[in-house]
Formats: sequence, C-alpha cells, structure tokens
Amino acid sequence: MASINLLIGVCVAYAVLLFIIAFAAERGAAQGRRAWLGSPVVYTLSLSIYCTAWTFYGAVGYAARSGMEFVTIYLGPSLVMIGWWWVLRKLVRIGRAQRATSVADLISSRYGKSNALAILVTVMAVIGVTPYIALQLQSVTTSLAIFADPSEATDGGMNQTQAAFWIAFGLAIFTVLFGTRNLNTNERHDGVVMAIAVEAVVKLFALVAVGVFVVWGIAGGPTQMMAQIDASSIGAWSLDGSRWLALTALSGAAFLCLPRMFQVLVVENDDERHLQVAAWAFPLYLMLMSLFVVPIAVVGLDLLPAGSNPDFFVLSVPLSQGQDGLAMLSFLGGFSSATSMVIVATLALSTMVSNHVVMPIYLSVKDTGGASVSGDVRNVVILSRRVSILVIIALGYLYYRMSGGSGALAAIGLISFVGVAQFLPAMLGGIFWRASTRVGAACGLFVGFVVWSFTSLLPSFGEGAVLSQSVFDSGVFGINLLRPLALFGIEGIDSTVHAFIWSLSLNILAFVVGSLVSFPTPLERLQGAQFVNVFAHTGHAKGWSATAAASEDLMIMAQRILGPDEAQALFRAQALSQGSDGYLPDPTPEFLEHLERELAGSVGAATAHAMVGQLVGGATVSVQDLMAVADESAQLLEYSTQLEAKSAELTRTAGQLRDANNMLTQLSVQKDAFLSQISHELRTPMTSIRSFSEILRDAEGLTEPEQTKYASIIHQESIRLTRLLDDLLDLSVLENGQVSLNVSSGPLNDVIEHAVLTAQAGFNAALPVIRRYPDRAVPMSTDLDRLSQVFINLITNAQKYCQSDAPELTIEVAQDETFALIMFRDNGVPIPATTRALIFEKFARINDQDGSGAGLGLAICREIMTRLGGDVTYVPASLGNCFLVRVPLNVPMPET
Amino acid sequence: MSKRVLLVEDEPNIIEAVSFLLSRDGWHVDTHSDGGTAVAKVQELEPDLVVLDHMLPGKSGMDILTELRGDAAYKDLPILMLTARGQMRDRALAEEAGVSRFMTKPFSNTEVLNAVRDLTRA
Repeated sequence: MASINLLIGVCVAYAVLLFIIAFAAERGAAQGRRAWLGSPVVYTLSLSIYCTAWTFYGAVGYAARSGMEFVTIYLGPSLVMIGWWWVLRKLVRIGRAQRATSVADLISSRYGKSNALAILVTVMAVIGVTPYIALQLQSVTTSLAIFADPSEATDGGMNQTQAAFWIAFGLAIFTVLFGTRNLNTNERHDGVVMAIAVEAVVKLFALVAVGVFVVWGIAGGPTQMMAQIDASSIGAWSLDGSRWLALTALSGAAFLCLPRMFQVLVVENDDERHLQVAAWAFPLYLMLMSLFVVPIAVVGLDLLPAGSNPDFFVLSVPLSQGQDGLAMLSFLGGFSSATSMVIVATLALSTMVSNHVVMPIYLSVKDTGGASVSGDVRNVVILSRRVSILVIIALGYLYYRMSGGSGALAAIGLISFVGVAQFLPAMLGGIFWRASTRVGAACGLFVGFVVWSFTSLLPSFGEGAVLSQSVFDSGVFGINLLRPLALFGIEGIDSTVHAFIWSLSLNILAFVVGSLVSFPTPLERLQGAQFVNVFAHTGHAKGWSATAAASEDLMIMAQRILGPDEAQALFRAQALSQGSDGYLPDPTPEFLEHLERELAGSVGAATAHAMVGQLVGGATVSVQDLMAVADESAQLLEYSTQLEAKSAELTRTAGQLRDANNMLTQLSVQKDAFLSQISHELRTPMTSIRSFSEILRDAEGLTEPEQTKYASIIHQESIRLTRLLDDLLDLSVLENGQVSLNVSSGPLNDVIEHAVLTAQAGFNAALPVIRRYPDRAVPMSTDLDRLSQVFINLITNAQKYCQSDAPELTIEVAQDETFALIMFRDNGVPIPATTRALIFEKFARINDQDGSGAGLGLAICREIMTRLGGDVTYVPASLGNCFLVRVPLNVPMPET
Repeated sequence: MSKRVLLVEDEPNIIEAVSFLLSRDGWHVDTHSDGGTAVAKVQELEPDLVVLDHMLPGKSGMDILTELRGDAAYKDLPILMLTARGQMRDRALAEEAGVSRFMTKPFSNTEVLNAVRDLTRA
C-alpha cells in the first residue's frame, strides 16, 4: 500500500513533467516549430477535456447505478462532432473571424458588442462552473484517500483538505504560468494545449489499461466478460427514450456551451480543417473511453464488498487485486482528467472575467486620464487575468470546503451542464437567426438562469438548505405550480431532465419573444449579418470611418496591449501593405478594423472597440458613448442595398408627401377662390335687389315707368339668384357622386328634339338649329333627362353667345359600336385659344355680357357626362365653336 | 355747380342703382365699366369722389386704388370702395393701400349716401 506522500510525490513529478512539456511546446511555437502543435491530433486530444474526473471515475459509477444511460454523456458530443458541418464549422469560422475569446465575448459581439450581455454570461458561467471545479478537486482528493486507505473512502480527514488546498494551489500556479505567459493576439495557449493533449493520452491509456486488466486479468477474456455482463443487472438494457433524448441533447448542448469547450474548440483552433479529423477522431476517443466502463462496473460490483463507492471502481478494483502500479496509472488518469479540466476551465473563465468585468471597470475608472494611452494596459490585463484565475480556483476550493466533500457533489456535473446549456439559444440563435436581438438574448439568458437556479442549482444544496422545506412541498408562496422539482405541476420525471426541459424551453421562449418584440440596433443588425452569413463574407463589421487618429497614438496603445515587438511588426506589415516605406501606416478604416480585431484577441471585442474609439474619437468618452457613435457610423455602412432601398423609399414617401401637400395647398387655394367667387356671385344680385327695393320703399319722386323698371330688375335678379343656387346644388350633388342615375331607354333623336324645344322656349328670336341625324335611329339606354340637360345647356350657350350676322347652330349625330357622338357647331366668333382651357371650370364666364349666367353650366355638363361614362370636349375649329359630346349607348353599371 | 362723382363698376343693375341714388342727392354721376382705363378716366374727369368696385374686368379695384394713391395729385381724393367678395383680408389690404371708405355689398342706400356726404364734407 503506497503512502500518501509517495502519491503526492508522483503527482508533483507528473506536474513537473507537464510543466516541461508545456514549456517546450511554447518554446517550439515561439521558434516556429508547430508541426506537432498544428496537427489535428493535438486538437482532437485537447477536446478530451470534455472528459473530466467526473467522467473518468463517475462514468463507471453511473453505469453501476443506472446501467447504459451513462452513454448519453458521450453520445451528445459525438453527435455534435459528427454533425460538425452544420454547427461547429460555423461556430469556429465565426469565432475566428470575430476573434472571439470566450462564449461571453462571442455572444456580446453578436448582439451589438454589448458588455452588459457579456457580464451576464460571465456571471452565469462562473456560477455554473465553479461547483464543477470543486468537483474535480474532490475527485482528486477522494482518489488520494482511497489510494492511501481504501477502507476510508469517504473520510474527509485533515489530509484530504490539505491535499485539496495544495492541488488547487498547484493548478493555479500552472494556469497562471502557462495561461497568462503572454497576451497572444489570438488568445491561444500552445503550452497548455500540448499539456492537456498529453493528459488526454494518459487518461485514455489509464482507463484502457484498467479495462484490459479487468477483462483479461479478472474475467478471463471477452467471452466470459460478456457472460458476466449479461448476468448482471447493468446488462439489462432498459431504454427510456425521452430520457435518453433529453440527456443526449443536454450533453450535446453542454459540449458546445461549456466555456472550456469553447476555449479548445474555437479559441485554440489553429486550422478549420482540424474539425474534419476531429469529427471522427473525437467520437472514436469517446468510444474508447466508454468501452470498458461497463466491464469495470460489473466486475467492481461483483468483486468489492457491498457499499463500496462505485465512483472509484476504476481505482479500487486494481487496488483490491494488489495491482498497485495499475492503480497508480489509474490515479494519474483521474488526476489528468481533473487537472486538465480545471486548467482550461479556469483559463476560459478568467478570460471572461478579466475582459468583461475587470477591464471595463478599470477603463471606466481610468477614463479621465485616457486609459488606452496613459496606462500600461498590457500589464493590467495580465494582472487582472492572473487575479481572476486565482479567484476562480479559490472559489472552487471554497465551494469544495463548504460542501464538505459531500456525496451531493456527484450530481454537480449534470447541474453544471444544465446551467451552461442556457447559453445555447443565444449562441445558436445568434449564428442562425438574423432577427435575434440583444433584448431577446438577455431575456432568454436571464429567464433560463433563473429557472435553472430555481429548479436545479438551489435544490442541489438539499431540502431546507437554501430553499425551505415548504417551498419544496407546496411551491413558492404556497403556489403549487411553483415547486422547484415539479414546475407547473409536472411531476415524476428526473430532476435533471425536469430542470433541463423547463429552463431551456422558457429560455428559448423568452429569447424568441424578446427578439420579436424588440428592435435591433444598427450594430446588432450588422453583427447579426456577419454571424449568420459568415460563409458569405468573412469580413468584419466595418465600424470606423475616416479618422483624425494619429498613428503614433495607436502605436503606443497597441504596444501596451500586444507588446512592443508584435505591435511594431503589425504596424510595419500594415504600412508595407499600404505601399508606404515607413513604420507607421495611415489610420485608414481598414487598418483600424484590423487593429481592433487584433486588440480584441487580447482584451475582448467590446473593450477593443472602446479603446480604438477613444483614440479615433480623440476624446475621453464612456463605452456607452462609443457604442452610440459606432452605431451611427455603422449605420452608414450597413447593407448598402437595404439602405439604398430605404432611401429610395424615403424619397418616394417624401415626394408623395410633397405632392399631397401641394395638392392640399392647391385645394385650399381653390376652396378660397371658390368661396370668393360664390360670395361675389351671390352678393352681386343681392346688391341690386336690396338697393332697388330700398329705392322703391322710399318711393318719393319715382315715375311710374321707373317703378316698373326697378321692380323688374329686382325680379330678374331674384331669378338669377335662384338659378345660381340651383346650379350650385346640382353641381355639388354631381361632384360628390351622390347623384343616382335614372336610367331609361329611348331614341337619341327624341332627346335632342326635346332639348331644342326647351332651349328655344325662353327666347323671342330663336336661334335656327339644323339637325343631321343618321338614317337609323340611335337607341339609348342612359339617364335621358341628364343627357337632355347637357344638350339644353349647350344650345342655350350657343343662343346666348353666338355672335354672327346670321347665327345658326348645327347638331350632327354619329354612332359607333359603343358610343353616340353628338356635335354642336355654331358659326359665331371662336373662343380665344387662351381661354379655351378654362371654359369647363366653375364661374368661367368668358363672353357673358349681360351677366345672366352663373358660369356653372359647362362645369355641370362635364360632371354629368363623367357620370354617364362619356365626356364633353371643345373642338377647335377655324370657324365658329364646336362642342363634341360622347356618350355610351348603354350607361355603364355603377360599380357597387 | 354740382360735384362730380365717378362710378367705376361693371354690373349694369348696380350702376343703375348707385347712379340713381347719387343723382338724386345732387351729384353729377359719370360711370365707367372697364378697370384697365379707369385711372385715365379719373385723370380726364378729375372727379370730386370715386366709387370703385373691387372686381372689374381689365384691372382690379385694388390695383386702381394703389395706382391713384401713388400719384401725388390723388393722394387726398376721396375713394369709396365697394366689394362683393366679403373677405376680411380685402378690407385690410384696401385700408393699407389708402382707401377712404370700404363697404361690402349688398349695402344699404343710406349707408352709401352717408359715406359719400362724409367723405366730401371737408
């Protein structure tokens, strides 16, 4: 039996080995030897940090308790990898194009570089992952204890806590050293990746070795093993479809959303083509990892005394057989799983905390001094990164101490999964759905987080711990529907599945509704297009317009973030590409975008944007101000076609408004003129009437003929007034379309004859009217009275205005298939060409010498003809005046 | 010798009525129906009073008024303006142009006579 000191010695030696490997990898990378690092094998192996101590040890325990269900934990990621073409490829492309440094950065960048969103994601990630880190610490310490004394597997002695502390401390040192050695522009960590790749090999080798020992060393070969499995209860293949589906979906979602997975999948990705290899190699790795899970579980259950912790069969089975060496290897496998997870998870979280919480606060505090220029930001970033790492690992350690290493920790893996799965809607929505908005993402994340806390995180502390017993029994405020483990009355499903389904569905609902009801800012729309159509144009959101920023200032800032060598190399390369021989490129928008992207790799998209903005804007402004400015300038460049379309539409709308306004103005002028005219037309006869009636009233000195004459003037003017009113009403009715046609049938000739008779009735010297009808009668079906009114008007006009020695009027009738044509031609003086256009207008009395007409006759004629579906026009002629009436033989039915 | 009034008006019945009223009051009444030549008519006849319609063929009463007031010789000539348009703006414009009295048609005979007497008393 090995002493715990020996184990710790082995751990330290192993850690030193990792240090050397990481160091060598970084040295190699710095010298350009990336052959190994740049290989898809290392990329695939680095993905194995998905398999933490929880899976290394826990899978066997899971199998011992629930049979084959543990496979779902491997199935989800395998499906994601196999289907890499649809989701992962896009995610990686976007992550690389946008220089996303973390899940938080990606989501914030997608939704308009919103730092608030980044903070929300960061907080959720820290809360979700910290217990997971604690779980790793617990695994290592428990395994240490088992190794030292298998009979005290659950003893939480002083040694364990001490060991946990030192392990945490060691991990923190490693992460700080290799995670923040330099601020790489692309946020890659070659040393760390190499170390975890080696650890991936170690843990696979360890698990396979234990498996081989179990199958061939204990069971006696595959055949016997299969028989033993069949005999065991685990072998009974009970498959609950919906539960399997939910758990598979959960593990797939977590695979995409876990901060550490994003780190290795996207951030550390060196070459998109590596995905092609990883697509089959990683599922293969997972398959190998799970191959011997069931045999170990079955043998462990058979071999070890009842009550042994199945979570550590991987360790306790070789130990019980006296295979200390194998057990040591197994222990190193578990140690590898735990350490690689903690290192990468901490690295990923510290990037988020530093970029989205610490740096924005630092920048805003230092704002007055112009942080990007005056302070050495590079050191601040590294410091904040290191402090974040220490704090996160300390949090994990604290959580471990407070939970006392209790068995409840075992469930934390799944709780964490559900927690980080809340990022999925915002993430996938962001890359596939352009209409998703910041508000939607925030709503979804928040709702998901709250529901997850309520249904999963808080209950995990135990009944009565955070949520009181009454909440568990009868819901919040006694509302039965709000029980954490039976939300909305859904009972009887596993708490993990329950929490997963509820939190994610409400999350998606809030995300979709929030997105639909809110309006994206220009920058959001811009980024949305960049994300969703990433394969169409792998450019970057154009945020900068021409600027007054001095290249020197940009250089100073870049040096402080990227380091002098890298910054100078970057500027030199840009200057060369601009065709300049110097070391400072012109601050063109392209260069600023490039610079912003480079800076984003170190400090995150939102902060980089703000920093460049500080210099470009030349003023000290807050991040919010900058966002507003960026929104505006981005607006100018956004989808030029859409803008053009909008602009054209605006022009069109403006034109329509202008037209409408002109029309209204014109109508208003016309209305005023019309009222003025009416007033004049009414007041004029009334003036005569009033004046003469007063004269007659004061009848002194009037001769008899004078009296008669004045009375007849009054009479004549009264009739004029009445006719005027009649015409006005008639016209008003016609113009408003209120007139109903009184359709009847009859020959056109009769109508004309009747009109001639009526028109001539009032005149002593009747105008001779010559009629020329066609041979056949023209049958009409229309409003014959209205038509007759038009004819009477035209004949009367000719009678009144035809100035000729021997005036005469000729009426000629013709007909085609649908229309009757009636021409009224007199031999008088033609209307002057200048006034012809006016004759159909109201009050257009052209030749009215005696003032008896109101000037409405032709206006009424025109209205009537429009109603009848025809028209009346003035036909210019060399001699006399000619009016042409065109009327349909059958009046068109009004469209009702 | 009776005083002379020039009536510029195009409506025959109104010419008849106003002529009758003023003649009976002792005026010598000249009438003129065309706006375009009205100013020349004033210069020709040198009347003591002008009664001016607003809407005239050829030139509006307002233009005639402005033209007359622009001539120093007719700065103080009493001008009574009659209008059938009945818009407040017309009165303001006429007063600005220097009309002596502004009346809206239809008028009462007494009003017209009083106005004429008023304007020619001084």
